[in-house]
Amino acid sequence: MHNFDFVKPSTIAEAVKALSDGDAQALSGGQTLLPSMKQRLAAPGTLVSLTGIAEMKGVCKGDGGLHIGAATPHAVVAREAAAHYPALAALAGGIGDPAVRSRGTIGGSIANNDPAACYPAAVLASGATVVTNKRQIAADDYFQGMFTTALEEGEIVIEVRFPIPQKAAYVKFNQPASRFALTGVFVAKFGDGVRVAVTGASNNGVFRWTEGEKALSSSFSADAVKGLSVDPAEMISDLHGTPEYRAHLVKVLTGRAVAQANG
Amino acid sequence: MAKLTMTVNGKTVSAEAEGRTLLSSFLREGLGMTGTHVGCDTSQCGACVVHVDGQAVKSCTVLAHDVAGADVRTIEGMANPDGSLGKIQQAFQDHHGLQCGFCTPGMVMSAAALLAENPKPTEAEVRHHLEGNICRCTGYHNIVKAVLAASGQDVSKIAAE
Amino acid sequence: MPKDGGIGASTKRREDVRFLTGKGRYTDDINIRGQLYAHFIRSDVAHGRIRSIDTSAAEAMPGVAKVFTSKDFEGAGGLPCGWQVTDRFGKPMQEPKHPILAEGKVRHVGDPIAVVVAETLEQARDAAEAVVIDIEELEPVLDMKAALADGATKVHDDLASNLCYDWGFVEENKEAVNAAFGKAAHVVSLELKNNRLVANPMEPRVAVGDYEDHSGNHTLYTTSQNPHVIRLLMGAFVLGIPEHKLRVVAPDVGGGFGSKIYHYAEEAFVTKAAHILKRPVKWTSTRSEAFISDAHGRDHVTKIELALDADHNFTAIRTETYANMGAYLSTFAPSIPTWLHGTLMAGNYRTPLIYVNVKAVFTNTVPVDAYRGAGRPEATFQLERLIDKAARELGVDPIELRRKNFITADQFPYQTPVAVVYDTGNYHATMDKLLEISDYAGFGARAAESAKRGKLRGFGIAHYIEACGIAPSNLVGQLGARAGLYESATVRVNATGSISVFTGSHSHGQGHETSFAQVVAEMIGIDAGQVEIIHGDTSNTPMGMGTYGSRSLAVGGSALVKATNKIVNKAKKIAAHLLEASESDIELKDGKFTVAGTDKSVDWAGVTLAAYVPHNYPLENLEPGLEETAFYDPSNFTYPSGAYGCEVEVDPDTGKVDIVAFSAADDFGNIVNPMIVEGQVQGGLAQGIGQALLENCVYDENGQLLSGSFMDYAMPRADDLPMFKVDHSCCTPCTHNPLGVKGCGEAGAIGSPPAVVNAVIDALHRAGHTHVTHIDMPVSPARVWAAMNG
Repeated sequence: MHNFDFVKPSTIAEAVKALSDGDAQALSGGQTLLPSMKQRLAAPGTLVSLTGIAEMKGVCKGDGGLHIGAATPHAVVAREAAAHYPALAALAGGIGDPAVRSRGTIGGSIANNDPAACYPAAVLASGATVVTNKRQIAADDYFQGMFTTALEEGEIVIEVRFPIPQKAAYVKFNQPASRFALTGVFVAKFGDGVRVAVTGASNNGVFRWTEGEKALSSSFSADAVKGLSVDPAEMISDLHGTPEYRAHLVKVLTGRAVAQANG
Repeated sequence: MAKLTMTVNGKTVSAEAEGRTLLSSFLREGLGMTGTHVGCDTSQCGACVVHVDGQAVKSCTVLAHDVAGADVRTIEGMANPDGSLGKIQQAFQDHHGLQCGFCTPGMVMSAAALLAENPKPTEAEVRHHLEGNICRCTGYHNIVKAVLAASGQDVSKIAAE
Repeated sequence: MPKDGGIGASTKRREDVRFLTGKGRYTDDINIRGQLYAHFIRSDVAHGRIRSIDTSAAEAMPGVAKVFTSKDFEGAGGLPCGWQVTDRFGKPMQEPKHPILAEGKVRHVGDPIAVVVAETLEQARDAAEAVVIDIEELEPVLDMKAALADGATKVHDDLASNLCYDWGFVEENKEAVNAAFGKAAHVVSLELKNNRLVANPMEPRVAVGDYEDHSGNHTLYTTSQNPHVIRLLMGAFVLGIPEHKLRVVAPDVGGGFGSKIYHYAEEAFVTKAAHILKRPVKWTSTRSEAFISDAHGRDHVTKIELALDADHNFTAIRTETYANMGAYLSTFAPSIPTWLHGTLMAGNYRTPLIYVNVKAVFTNTVPVDAYRGAGRPEATFQLERLIDKAARELGVDPIELRRKNFITADQFPYQTPVAVVYDTGNYHATMDKLLEISDYAGFGARAAESAKRGKLRGFGIAHYIEACGIAPSNLVGQLGARAGLYESATVRVNATGSISVFTGSHSHGQGHETSFAQVVAEMIGIDAGQVEIIHGDTSNTPMGMGTYGSRSLAVGGSALVKATNKIVNKAKKIAAHLLEASESDIELKDGKFTVAGTDKSVDWAGVTLAAYVPHNYPLENLEPGLEETAFYDPSNFTYPSGAYGCEVEVDPDTGKVDIVAFSAADDFGNIVNPMIVEGQVQGGLAQGIGQALLENCVYDENGQLLSGSFMDYAMPRADDLPMFKVDHSCCTPCTHNPLGVKGCGEAGAIGSPPAVVNAVIDALHRAGHTHVTHIDMPVSPARVWAAMNG
């Protein structure tokens, strides 16, 4: 790692001030950032830890849904969201491994927007709102492609607000080495329709499978997507799977997620 | 360099450390506690797992300064007060849950975290919980058996033959 | 009598206590006062010509002691290859120089170019970014068959081609084999790949060099399976340091699986750098670095054919294999696809005629060498996949086809057509045992139950043979080995009767400290706690060849038995003197010497004390002291064998394969510590299953390693594997070593890959996907899905 100055503010205001220096970078759980810094792929002059900011931690019921502080570790979400939004809690409990879940946070995950990360699928499928120190961003506007988000320089995620669907489930098919999603599908059924978000599959990062949503909105059953096909054109090709395989998995996993959501 | 203080295995320790010092480096080089091992650089293998404030973490993926003041427990703190092997350690020896010993510190620490939150796990739960700890020697058979035995469950039916 | 510590007891491992308490002493735990840290700058291109290296800016950076390039090693030799293979035309293989640091060209991603040595590792890494290296990229040589085409780009400009050797075995049988194929009633063929693997012991490699100016003594601490071999190779061939001035220490080593046999550039580097800088120099590999600098394993492309007569007797086997050597010849690389592979092509069967052709090829990839099993997994995979395919094509039961062609128990010793003589075995017995422990009879009901859950269940069998206990020195010498393959032991009995054993076998997970003590304790009849096993330091152990090829107990244990026998013989002489009896009347039992037929006795400690306090002692014809050394050179290989059964469930929607049961019935001959043996098999199975389902080393078209970390190289995890059923009750003791042992370290990795793939093919066929005749490893979900829908 290149050396850097380490600061650990205890309030959002202090963190925002520390990050106003162009050479500063926010450190959340560090489960992705620190490995890339070890490879010297990232070299901030100042690293601003967000782990000491109490106001960015916690899971609570709020206006219209479940509010999760951006610095809340996956393990805490898995535990504390279970009563309110079981599908989200299950997703959090399946990220990485237990030691990663002790440190990794929802804010870190969606700020990074790894194309194979789990949380972006939950945020997008839930139609969640990403609250930053500056504004509120709708999930549909927040994710802008692989490792790209609507966040601006110096802007940090404070909280994510999840509307709670009537039914939901997330099914992940593991990439066998990293245990990230080779493909993962989050299905959420709301009163006004169904949202389906897919991670791991596309060169454009997390996306909504609108054709699947349409079919499921008229009939929320695993059979509803059986006749559909997913275009492999934009899918990722790597040593773990072809675009065709990933396209196929989108359909299979959507069906499984619906079946699971229907219990 | 800045001074860093934390509690390790019940003792307050201090040493100078750069901002970039990882918790694993702080333990191994700063404090000379080489029981915690580093087996990869992508946060996958789990040889470096220690407990920070009771939570299992990968110490190679935590900055030492980020856990200043924390209560850290390592493999060196897992034996009984009289120096004899602790319950989990003893189960690993009894059931041959280790061969080369390199992944063992992380395995024991992860197993301890599991049993703290789930005192009677099933075989599937043990396997799932240990997915972030890679062992290349044992094929996990005897590790899983050791963890089940440490939880007080009867493993006599899980014979090798 | 040793109650729980003799031969056959599942004695708990004494070494575990230090490993479980964080007190192990691995090489990276060694820090020598004043040490410097080395950071290697490695090629990021697969093939290129070095135009210039400018180290001046880096040398001026804080903390930098020196930046090394190949110029600093002008007098040094290249890393030697320990085996010379002779090709089918009688010519020696092509053998390129393997420099410590790249000279003129870089030949694989990871090839070391320069090294920064600094006060701290981070300073070394900071300065490495200031070293300016200008490389003209060349076309990478990656595909083995293309590499052999006329006019192909050459990895080594000074060699005639990229062909290391074209080996035929047995060359004299070639025409007879072809004739047998001409007459065959059936011919079955299969083209397959044996996937390239990375050994990935959990401890990455580490080397620490130290130099003592006043004495001229060099010390190398290294993560090695065989410190004496490193001392010999590095001292004599690379750096020119006489052995008495070079100590090599391999302390606790965190697994090896073959990858820590070889002499690596980093070892020579830190030894030399410590000499030049007059300070200790330490290098610790990162895992990412390990992927591009540890020798890889396997990587064969093979076509195999089987000829059968009308009654389904095997009449001939013919193979053509392309074996990837990588960019340079690693220490034992040439021997793997030849003598450790071709000689096993008879398997457990009576095939009378066999011809094996192997073309070893240089490519711009990491060197390939032995990995757990080394050559024998490649042989077994081909043969056992092909026999399954033959059974399907002929419409016969794969188990019965094997049984029909097995060498039978009354045919041993059995001379195969590929040079080796199997001393003993009973393959029908291991097959019977497998069918019993795997409840083969109940498979149909389990398959029906799986089907109810929408899963396709399959059962796959493989029977393996391996040649272990490497090896008779005179034989391997004829085959091109540039080393002997004996093993050593010194048994030092202390005055009060405790025993220090110094063995040339190295333990890096195998538990020698426990099992070797059990052997000595049993032979003398004392408590195993009285015996300490010391290994891993050339300064105190006799010259030994180290641990690989499942040889520790078969070869090292035999040396130990020889040395202990010498001790017992001398102790009996002392006892005879003390008891005023004839030596021939002295019996040793339960740690006590008795005059036969009397109650006159002296205990073990009484004799050992007399040896060192020789007041009442036959000094006129016996030296004082009780310490003996023995070297053992085996007269044959050992031949463990076994039957493996794998049961899988395939998810037809995703192609994912789950191993739902795995059973292994092995014949290892006699066993010293069953607990340790079972652990070895379980670990080997995990590695074999890993090869079959998960692991794959993949290069892209530019020679970049795509699977260069645990993020993309899939290591088996706890939830990828089931509990294993392991049985070793079938026992035909080895006939030519004193313990009757055969070795168990590699079996699991040899027998399991074909069992897994056979099971997957079986599941698909049962479900009607009969067009799928083979899927290359790893049998990943994507590949299974593509095969089903292909």
